[in-house]
Amino acid sequence: MSEKAIQLLSIDKRFGAVHANRAIDLDVKKGTIHGIIGENGAGKSTLMSILYGFYEADSGEIRINGERKRIRSSADAIAAGIGMVHQHFMLVEPMSVVENVMLGAEGGTLTMRGMEKARAEIRRLGADYGLLVDPDAIVGELSVGLQQRVEIIKALFRGAEILILDEPTGVLTPAEAEQLFEVLAELRRQGRTILLITHKLKEIMAITDEVSVMRRGEMVAHRKTAETNPRELAALMVGREIAHPQKGASQAPGAPLLEVENLAVKDARGVMRVSDVSFMVRAGEIVGIAGVSGNGQSELIEAISGMIRRNGGTVTLCGQPVPAEADAAETRNLGLAHVPEDRLRMGLVTSFSAYESAILGHQDRPQFSKGPLIDRDAAIADTEDKMKRFDVRPPDPLLKTANFSGGNQQKIVLAREIETGPDVLIVAQPTRGVDVGAIAFIHRQILDLKAKGKAILLVSVELDEIFALTDRVLVMCGGRVVGERITDETDQNEIGLLMAGMEAAPAIGTPAEMRP
Amino acid sequence: MSAPLAPLPRWADLALIPLINVTLAFLVSGLVVLAIGESPLEATAIMLRGALGFGEGIGFTLYYTTNFIFAGLAVAVAFHAGLFNIGGEGQAMIGGVGAAMAALLLGTMPSIVALPAAILASALFGAAWGAIPGWLQARRGSHVVITTIMFNFIASALLVYLLVDVFRPPGLMEPSSRVFDAGAKLPFMAQAAAWFGLRMPKSPLNLSFIVALVACLFVWLLIYRSRLGYAFRVVGANPVAARYAGISPERMTIYAMAISGALAGMMAINEILGVQHRLIVGFTSGYGFVGIAVALMGRAHPGGIILAALLFGVLYQGGTELAFDKPTITRDMIVVIQGLVILFAGALEFMFRPALSRLLSRNVAESA
Repeated sequence: MSEKAIQLLSIDKRFGAVHANRAIDLDVKKGTIHGIIGENGAGKSTLMSILYGFYEADSGEIRINGERKRIRSSADAIAAGIGMVHQHFMLVEPMSVVENVMLGAEGGTLTMRGMEKARAEIRRLGADYGLLVDPDAIVGELSVGLQQRVEIIKALFRGAEILILDEPTGVLTPAEAEQLFEVLAELRRQGRTILLITHKLKEIMAITDEVSVMRRGEMVAHRKTAETNPRELAALMVGREIAHPQKGASQAPGAPLLEVENLAVKDARGVMRVSDVSFMVRAGEIVGIAGVSGNGQSELIEAISGMIRRNGGTVTLCGQPVPAEADAAETRNLGLAHVPEDRLRMGLVTSFSAYESAILGHQDRPQFSKGPLIDRDAAIADTEDKMKRFDVRPPDPLLKTANFSGGNQQKIVLAREIETGPDVLIVAQPTRGVDVGAIAFIHRQILDLKAKGKAILLVSVELDEIFALTDRVLVMCGGRVVGERITDETDQNEIGLLMAGMEAAPAIGTPAEMRP
Repeated sequence: MSAPLAPLPRWADLALIPLINVTLAFLVSGLVVLAIGESPLEATAIMLRGALGFGEGIGFTLYYTTNFIFAGLAVAVAFHAGLFNIGGEGQAMIGGVGAAMAALLLGTMPSIVALPAAILASALFGAAWGAIPGWLQARRGSHVVITTIMFNFIASALLVYLLVDVFRPPGLMEPSSRVFDAGAKLPFMAQAAAWFGLRMPKSPLNLSFIVALVACLFVWLLIYRSRLGYAFRVVGANPVAARYAGISPERMTIYAMAISGALAGMMAINEILGVQHRLIVGFTSGYGFVGIAVALMGRAHPGGIILAALLFGVLYQGGTELAFDKPTITRDMIVVIQGLVILFAGALEFMFRPALSRLLSRNVAESA
């Protein structure tokens, strides 16, 4: 039983300035379920991508069953007996289950033979592991849980002895998750090795034999599941050190500038992403929203800022109700500024010159307009000015946006949003992919704005950041606010547990009059 | 993951790559000409002389160029908004209907009234024909590539119906409208030159060439200097950022397709108002499709489009001369050569980019 299925020795991987994996060591014993937990951005996915051949490590060694392997592509990984079930399924939806399973193993020009083989194998796997699924069903018509089953069958069909599951329960209902765990337990019984990537402590406790904790690109601890507990794991996950700039004394909060009541958002498929969220942010206050990403924070801020429609509830900006059909231009006019969570996908146009990115969202302001034309000179001068004040390097308004570093791009976005003098600022993940020097600068800017009596809503998956800046923190899980705390009266462990959905704690520490 | 390619210097992107592509197209064309037993050098000489060697030839070349400029600009405007408008042909046909209606109604009035009205009508009709697929994509999700292709067929059928059943004067045996009255005929360049006491050889080249150049200036201002063009470019480069900025991608899709259609519709100014002086079947002759290659080759920039349109003008006029001089090189051969230019300049646009990028970055590294 103590034979090692996977051995990682000092795996190191950098993406530019980001050190995604630092000297990672990992031993996974054969025939066990091994959990890997960590916050978003801790490097779990990068590590698994290295194991599955999407990336190659800068240095380090991979051993499979004691044998040194070089895994340069997913084909290498499959050949080494590794299968992966991705968080986002890699299935061809209009095709049937058999066709999906045999994809890449058709067995010749005519697919008949391969199809027969696949069909027989699907039946056998179904019988052996409880992976029952109709081989002729169209994948797109199956439930998410069954689609995941097809992914597992696909991996096993290719002879996977080692199965990697990346956040497998994120998209499942509790009942489906239960079934998945039964399948995993059966696979373990039959000697296969499973690597389970998750940020849910409950799952780790429920199914794994051993667990490894990652934080900020490092493997910080290995534990036998039986010898640890959720509290210890949560502490390991978020880290104990709390440091960074002084947020200064909390001021007497002023008038409510942003009020959200019973907000609900459905996605395109009709799934509730945000349900019944209510809160307010007052002048001179920073309110944080903590949560594992994907728990409705993005939809919440996009609905507040008018990027997507809300499906219920009200939003009030500076005392003025925001119409349900308001777009981002309208909320901006009502005094909202928004530093989006993903500057490259949303906040900037990478192919534009810096000055063109620096007027994004403000292109129709009279300051930058000359009739129907853009006042190019004014825009360039304004950008140059902002670049000086925010220390953007190089301070060249004509340089292409893509050619700035992440921190400098973020400063361009921040300068654009802050310098218009908004009453309410929504900042999401302001320091994601930003170097250390810029983090302190960005934090200082946010605190300055608070000192000026603005209302700030900070959404971050970094608990350090939440604790460094906010006065109050709301925790989101599954689209709902599951807890509200005064930042100074709580700690990262408590928030971490709330984030992981371990405790449905009532909102405490909030005076009654602050609840809408 | 492979390392991303180093960006090419601007001059290489704008000049070197198109030049390599065109040269290669000509070399391969030369092989084709060689294969059928003619001299590629002689063929090239005939083409160039035919297109640029004498006054009338130049006139013809610029007349073709005019069509390609309008068609290329139309594709470029849509392209900046992230849309692929394949419907230049249909939009030009419907633009022709608009131009002809205005010309037939107002032809007895002075040119100063009739011509601007007819030009405006061509743009408006083309805009409407482009805006419908735009609306279908924005509100119904029907892809603009598919719908614009289908709208070409609808336009073609509609044009035939209108010519046969509505515009055709009684007794006329061909599907065509009556000839416009004098007020709605756009003067030939030779005529216009004569007003200033200049002599120019007679050719189909007419004042629409000037309109085309003005349209280039307009498109440059629109795309690179106006707020609307900024919005187009944001939508084209990053629709999520557009939503973030409060720009509606749906609305911009409709606007961009309308402007694109208007430019394609204005091709009718050259053909209908400038040369034919009546509405006929098939006056678009595939220019709308060539516009796609022109826009690709011209990097969707008005300056580049003028150059690319000129190149295609030379190919068309020179090719006609070549087919005339060399009976073995048929008209179809010319189409093959044009096809090769489109293939190398358009479809294989990125073929040499990686190699060139490596080569140039190595040189930079060595000289540093």
